[in-house]
Amino acid sequence: MGFSQKPAEFIESRRKPTSYGDMLFHWLTVFLLVLFAVVMVTPFIWLLSSSLKTQINIFQYPPQLIPDPIVPENYIYALTYKPFGTYFRNTLIVAGLNVLAVVFTSSFCAYGFARLRFPGRDFWFGIVMATLFLPYAVLLVPSFIVFSRLGWVDTFLPLVVPPFFGGGAFNIFLMRQFFRTIPEEIADAARIDGCSEFGVYWRIMLPLSKPALITIGIFTFLFAWNDLIGPITYLRSPDNFTIAVGLASFRSQTDISWDLQLAASTAVTLPVIVLFFLAQRYFIQGVVMTGLKG
Amino acid sequence: MTAHTADPASAEGFWLIRQYNRLSLRQRRTLMGYVFIAPFILGFLFWWLGPAAVAGYLTFHKWNFLAAPKFVGLANFSKMIGDPILAQSLKVTIVFSVISVPLGLVFAFFLANLINAKFRFIAVFRTIYFLPSIVPAVANAILWAWLFNTEFGLINFVIRAFGGPKIGWLQDPSWVMLAFVILTVWGVGGSMIIFLAGLQGIPQIFYEAAEIDGAGRWQRLLYVTLPMMSPIIFFNLVIGFINSFQVFVSALLITNGGPQRATLFLVLHIWRTAFSSQKMGYAAVLSWLLFVILMVLSFFVFRYIGSRVYYENPGD
Repeated sequence: MGFSQKPAEFIESRRKPTSYGDMLFHWLTVFLLVLFAVVMVTPFIWLLSSSLKTQINIFQYPPQLIPDPIVPENYIYALTYKPFGTYFRNTLIVAGLNVLAVVFTSSFCAYGFARLRFPGRDFWFGIVMATLFLPYAVLLVPSFIVFSRLGWVDTFLPLVVPPFFGGGAFNIFLMRQFFRTIPEEIADAARIDGCSEFGVYWRIMLPLSKPALITIGIFTFLFAWNDLIGPITYLRSPDNFTIAVGLASFRSQTDISWDLQLAASTAVTLPVIVLFFLAQRYFIQGVVMTGLKG
Repeated sequence: MTAHTADPASAEGFWLIRQYNRLSLRQRRTLMGYVFIAPFILGFLFWWLGPAAVAGYLTFHKWNFLAAPKFVGLANFSKMIGDPILAQSLKVTIVFSVISVPLGLVFAFFLANLINAKFRFIAVFRTIYFLPSIVPAVANAILWAWLFNTEFGLINFVIRAFGGPKIGWLQDPSWVMLAFVILTVWGVGGSMIIFLAGLQGIPQIFYEAAEIDGAGRWQRLLYVTLPMMSPIIFFNLVIGFINSFQVFVSALLITNGGPQRATLFLVLHIWRTAFSSQKMGYAAVLSWLLFVILMVLSFFVFRYIGSRVYYENPGD
C-alpha cells in the first residue's frame, strides 16, 4: 500500500527533487544569510579596527580597514586614563551582590508562587506580572527621592538592596515557570520523610534548578555590568563609579579622542562576548524562556 | 513542617512556636505561603508603592531638593499642558516608537526565518545575528556615534562609495531619527531568538498537511506560520513598545538630546528635569505621565491586538 509511508516520506517521494523554484529559494536564502551576517559583523570589525589606529590614522579618508601601524597601546592609555581598576572592582561588587540577591530571593518567592496554595496567592502573582510590564523608567525619579531621604545617594545601596526583595518580577516569573516543570512527587516524598517547606525549597528545588539559576544569574550579571541609568543617577564621586559610568564619562570629556573611546568600548564589550561564548546555552535558554513559557 | 516535628518540650518555651502549633493545617499553609512571598511583598511596598506615593505627593508641590517642598496645587499639571519641550519629547518618543517597533518586529521575524533554515554552518550565523544584542549599552552608543560620524564614519563612507551624499546623521534633525531606528534594528537579536524558538515549536505536520492541500511557500507562511506564531509576535510587540518608550543611554551619549531636541526622548527629558534642572515636582508629574501613557497603550494593545492572537492551548 502506498499510504503506509509516513506523510513526510510520501510528500518527499511526490515532490520533484530539485525544481527551479526550490533551487532559487535555496540560493536566495544563502545569499541573504551571508549578506545580513556581513551587516551584523561589520560594526564589530570597524570597532576593533578603529580602536587599534593612531590618532592621525583614525581621521583619514578613505578609512583604513586594517590599521597601519597597529597600536595596541591605545588600550593601555584608555584603561589607565581613568581608574578602570577601581571601576571594575565597583562593578564586581554591585554585580556580585545583585546575582546573589536575585538567585536566592527570586527562587524563594517563586517557590511560594509555584508550589504552595494559599488565599491571595493569585492576587499577588497578578501584581508580580503588573510590575513586569511597568518599566523602571517610571520609578526613576520617585525612587531617587526615597533613596535620597534614606541618605543612600553616592553609595551602592540603591543599586544592591532592592534586588534582595524578590529579585525582580521577571526573575520570579522565570523561576516559577521552571519550578512548575519539576514533578511534585519528588517534593511530596521529601515531605513524607519529614522535610519542611524550607527544606524542600533548599534541598530539592534549588539543586534541581541549577540551569535556570545559572541563566538568571548570568542575565543579572550582564544587566549590572551594562546598566548606566541606575549608577549614573546614584553614584556621584568617581571612586564609586561602575564601568558603565566610567565609560560614559569618556563621552562628556571632549579632550578624549576617538581611538581611546573605542579602545575602552572594545575592552568593556570583550568580557561580555567571552561570557556569551562560555555560556551560550544559558543565554539562549534565558531568552527563549521569557518568550515562550508565558 | 519544622515546628510540627520539633521536640514539644523545647517548643513550649517559645511563644511563637506555641502560637504556630495552635494554627490549623490550613492556616499554617497560608502562613508558610506568605513567608515565601514576603520578600516580594515587602519589596513591592518599599520600592513601588512607597515611591509612587511620594511621586503622588510631589505632583502638587514644587521642590528643588534644597528648600522644603512648596504646595503649588495643580501648577505642575498646567505647566505640562503648555510646555513646548514636553510636546517635542512626546513627539520624538512616539514617532520613534511607531517607526522602530514594527520595523524591528518584521526584521526580527525575517531574520528568524533565515536562521531557521537547515544549513551546515547555521549555528555560526545564529551566533553572529545574536551578538549585537549583547553589546553593553554605553559601548554600543560610542560605537554608533563613531559609525555615524559625518566625516570619518563607516556608514557615510559606504554611502559615498556608491556615489551618495555626505549625510549629517547626528547633526541634521531630519536624519537623526533614522540613525536611531537603524541602531535599534541592528540589536533585534533577542526577539529574533524568541521568534526562532517559536518557529521550531510549530509541528512539522501542519506544513505537510498544508503542502498536500497544495499550499505554496507564501501560503504556508500566511496560513500556518503567522497564526501559530501570533502569541509570540504579540509578546515581542508588547516588549518592543515598552522598550521603545525607555530610550535613554543612546540619546544621552550619542546626541545628548540634540540636534535641536530631535532626540529628546521622554525618559531623557524626565531625567534632565529631575537631575539637571532640579525640578522634582515637575519630574514626578512627568513620571506619572509616562506611567499613564504606557498603561493606556498596553490597554489598547491587549484589547485590539491581543484579541486577535491565536492560542493553541488556551489557559495552559
